Amino acid sequence: MTAGKIRAVIVDDEEPARKLVRELLRPHSDIEIVAECSNGFEAVKAATELKPDLLFLDVQMPKLDGFEALELIDPGVATVFVTAYDTYAMRAFEVHAVDYLLKPFSAERFGAALERARGRVGRAATPAAELHAAARPDKLLERVVVRDGTRVHIIPVEKLDYAEAQDDYVSLASGGRKYLKQQTLASLEACLDPSRFIRIHRSSIVNLERVAKIEPYGRESRLAILTDGTRLPVSRSGYARLQALLGERA
Amino acid sequence: MHWYISNPSRLAVYLAAWVPVAAILSLAVASSARLGVWPAAAVVAPASVVYAFVCLSTWYSCRMLRLERTGAARLLLTHGLAAVCLGGAWAAAADMIGGFEGRVAPILFASGVLLYLLSVALHYVLLASEASREAQERAKEARALAGQAELRALKAQLNPHFLFNSLNSISALTTADPAGARQMCVLLGDFFRRTLGLGDRSTIPLSEELALARCFLEVEKVRFGARLRVEERIGEESTRCVVPSLLLQPLVENAVNHGIANLLDGGLIGLAAKRDGDRLSITIENSFDPEARTSRRNGVGLANVRLRLEACYGTRANVFVSVAGDRYRVELVLPAEEA
Repeated sequence: MTAGKIRAVIVDDEEPARKLVRELLRPHSDIEIVAECSNGFEAVKAATELKPDLLFLDVQMPKLDGFEALELIDPGVATVFVTAYDTYAMRAFEVHAVDYLLKPFSAERFGAALERARGRVGRAATPAAELHAAARPDKLLERVVVRDGTRVHIIPVEKLDYAEAQDDYVSLASGGRKYLKQQTLASLEACLDPSRFIRIHRSSIVNLERVAKIEPYGRESRLAILTDGTRLPVSRSGYARLQALLGERA
Repeated sequence: MHWYISNPSRLAVYLAAWVPVAAILSLAVASSARLGVWPAAAVVAPASVVYAFVCLSTWYSCRMLRLERTGAARLLLTHGLAAVCLGGAWAAAADMIGGFEGRVAPILFASGVLLYLLSVALHYVLLASEASREAQERAKEARALAGQAELRALKAQLNPHFLFNSLNSISALTTADPAGARQMCVLLGDFFRRTLGLGDRSTIPLSEELALARCFLEVEKVRFGARLRVEERIGEESTRCVVPSLLLQPLVENAVNHGIANLLDGGLIGLAAKRDGDRLSITIENSFDPEARTSRRNGVGLANVRLRLEACYGTRANVFVSVAGDRYRVELVLPAEEA
């Protein structure tokens, strides 16, 4: 690692667009390009392995878009969005982007973005998934993205069986496998469709369609038995929520 | 609903027209039955009101027996028989109630038949004028719809992100590949000249429409590189047919933006056209990622195409959408017309 240099990764699915950023970075000797990625998967992998300081990130890319990739990347990295769409600008600043460059842009504008990035590099930040949830409570998730080492998994919400809180992480269960994601259960809950996912306990959310039956357990509490046999504790208030929702459906 | 009864003011006009009729009838009855005018009117006036409503029933019989669809013999027989029966019954009833002992029945019968037939004629005139007004309204609606479809097609066509991304590519190529940048400018210029040059031409030969699509795809190839591959199977005789201008553009754009752009390794866009007698079939196929999130814009482009075809050809054109594995296919079938 070159001491003092800002390590940057360029993410864009179009080769000419990557070339342009590379070229515009050339005069800036304090910045070193450590990787070029053509999609969100590569971006997550590069960011995980190389721990860059700065990310130039396109939004519309195959499989995993820029925002989803950002959720899986260490929040410490300063991000400059580079896109032809002005519609994502609000969302970009909600996830604390350093800047938002609209294609096509001038060398001066690029320089200004870089200047802002220099001021931000190395400062701690909130995980993007948290910001995403805080900023867009009205927007329901269609799929959850998780990272397992350098691999990325996409879980469509209908395939999510349940989620459990584990310290600073949530454990997401889908099809017999479990995935860890750095997010709080509350912020995940805020992004899920409340008519399909219920908080049955302080530390768990369940997909209603997976609930096979509810059994009494001990004096006060109950157990939810899922279709795959998993047993999850149900608190008193969780049971009340469950009853209210099932009552609505009946 | 009955044209008069559904509208009180029309009914009032109609009944007012019966006032002079009733007056004339009263005079005729008075003179033929050697009565005073007032005793005659006392019977004839209420009878006229009743008959005014009897004559309204011709609205239904006229609608049942459309002039353009019914033979003359059947028309004469039906309306004539109805006129004789109703007129006869009415005359007999009025005569009896008035106690005229058959003295006024003949004149009432003759007027009843005549009035009934007059009402038939009047209703046929009304129906004809209403039909022509409806036809005019339909034509106006179709024109408005065609105009809207065209405007939407143009808006969809002038997708600004296509321009922004292309300009960004030019910006990138300027230093590294000046010849490539120049080529891109030419392609882009060519595309916009062709598009804007269409002016108010609502139809163009398929050969021109395809040239436009090729131009668009060439520009996109600079952006997507090897990820975008295009294959054509165009029947020679199909290219002379005319199609609504910019008909394919939204579909080609969808194929790129919702197909190729979502694939890591890109894919193939297939353009095919063939003429089969009086039918022209145009197919646009593309690879897509079945796991990609669905987008609404796709539907807008396709809906535009459907509206456009409907406005131009009505039920003579069809759009077929099919998905097989990772191939998305839109087939347009429309009448083969040459300029």
